[in-house]
Amino acid sequence: MDPANLPPEWVMMRHGTPPAGVLIAYLIAGVCFILALRGLSSPVSSRRGNRFGMFGMLLAIVTTLLFYMPMIGSDVVGVPEFPGGGFGSNHPDWRLLGQVLAAIAIGATIGLVTARRIAMTAMPQLVAAFHSLVGMAAVLVGAAAYLSPAAFGIADPGGLIHPGSRLEMGLGVAIGAITFSGSVIAFLKLNGNMSGKPILLPLRHVINLGTLAAILGLIAYFTQDQSPWVFWTVAALSFAIGFLLIIPIGGADMPVVISMLNSYSGWAAAAMGFTLHNSAMIVTGALVGSSGAILSYIMCRAMNRSFISVIAGGFGGEAVAGGGEAIDKPWKRGSAEDAAFLMSQAEQVIIVPGYGMAVAQAQHALREMADLLKKEGVAVKYAIHPVAGRMPGHMNVLLAEANVPYDEVFELEDVNSEFARTDVAFVIGANDVTNPAAKTDKSSPIYGMPVLDVEKAKTVLFVKRSMGGVGYAGVDNELFYRDNTMMLLADAKKMVEEIVKAMG
Amino acid sequence: MDFISILSIFVLACFVGYYVVWSVTPALHTPLMSVTNAISSVIVVGALIAGLAWGQTGANWLGLAAIVMASINIFGGFAVTARMLAMYKKRER
Repeated sequence: MDPANLPPEWVMMRHGTPPAGVLIAYLIAGVCFILALRGLSSPVSSRRGNRFGMFGMLLAIVTTLLFYMPMIGSDVVGVPEFPGGGFGSNHPDWRLLGQVLAAIAIGATIGLVTARRIAMTAMPQLVAAFHSLVGMAAVLVGAAAYLSPAAFGIADPGGLIHPGSRLEMGLGVAIGAITFSGSVIAFLKLNGNMSGKPILLPLRHVINLGTLAAILGLIAYFTQDQSPWVFWTVAALSFAIGFLLIIPIGGADMPVVISMLNSYSGWAAAAMGFTLHNSAMIVTGALVGSSGAILSYIMCRAMNRSFISVIAGGFGGEAVAGGGEAIDKPWKRGSAEDAAFLMSQAEQVIIVPGYGMAVAQAQHALREMADLLKKEGVAVKYAIHPVAGRMPGHMNVLLAEANVPYDEVFELEDVNSEFARTDVAFVIGANDVTNPAAKTDKSSPIYGMPVLDVEKAKTVLFVKRSMGGVGYAGVDNELFYRDNTMMLLADAKKMVEEIVKAMG
Repeated sequence: MDFISILSIFVLACFVGYYVVWSVTPALHTPLMSVTNAISSVIVVGALIAGLAWGQTGANWLGLAAIVMASINIFGGFAVTARMLAMYKKRER
């Protein structure tokens, strides 16, 4: 007899409140996740932290499998004669278990292969893709709970879902759907499948606010009426708003967007945790939600922009008028040989990397250059602006990949006072984060943004592809025309390689 | 668990999250994002319950799809975090 056709009284399904042992296992998993984040306070403890995270996840999965596995057989249901034929008695439903394990194996294979192959420069896209999967998984779990509430223990015997659970489920599905479609757009922008330019729809604020209001209203109505149209309309509108919210946001604001989506994926998990009364999911959701929110705050502060203005979008178009006439001002051009000479005569060189370094994949050549300088007795440091790159910590990972020791890499506030005592500031692929106008020009769009004081160094070497382009904020950088600045116009990687050759 | 106990866990966990995340060094913000990605896939618990719901074919398929997605994240997220963390080295003296 096919187990799928067994009469329900022969199967033991467990739902409702699990026993204390199971709850404690979920609690331990939650604690492990806290320790995983705690470990990231220093690179030394971080690897152990990551192992705590893996253990917590394993515990949560195994506990769930053991407890929720439907058992078939005479002993479990206390009936002496079992009609299951050749099955024997008391065994799990092999078909369901097999399907679930196969699904885990498929996901594990895809995940591990991707993690191994991905280039470090592509991390922002990968993280965006991962966020979208969390969002979609939340929507699917919400839909499953909506279709089979009894299996989740959230309905009365008549199939009516508890109103509180409907609220949590509605919120979980809405946040999950926003996370999904928002992350897909972020992925396409970061991966270059879609232009980084903001796409501005007319009346977009009206459309967005109206859609948000409709979603909230429908979720409130869902607690009164659990008809399918309410549930699916909430899901559909939430997919649409996720898309609409991210398309007007430009490439340079991606660090904020990606942190914000990180936060949303956490809140989605927390909302599903409320629905399922699962402490591991609630603790994790709260951790991830706060983490993303704090990162968004740090990124906004580093750009001196309010969260609202980033979300409203429209900033960060690649070509904006205003940079044009400035190019006529005199500036100095240097060669790789000049740069090699200046740096090898220096006592201290501070390297300021930016997104351009990532695009040109110049980090390895850069480390080679730093090694040669160190051999000549030059002190080398790296200065990282919080929004350099396309996601928080992007530059640090690339430098670590190129074997730059992390104790040579400094954050803005720790290194900024050093530029005045530095002979050469070597700016590679960064622009707006070095612009002195942020300190002096009140009319500049980046006024008030904390910047690296590179102009205080005796000489500034500025690696840039050409004089024409402006940074993402669309403003000219007066640093180019200063007496102590020498422009090195070339592809970042080629220029560094030439400097290395000139030193050798 | 009643709503108030769940809410208490949630609120206290938000405070824990706030203090723990502020203590993360900025150099590790990218691994922080990838590991939070991995752990937020604990939503796989819900997916497993759906995938194992006996006699609920619709929920089973939704659950299985969610399990595949969450597993990509769990395995991919922890593996890529481990790969990044292995690269952070101190200066050799």
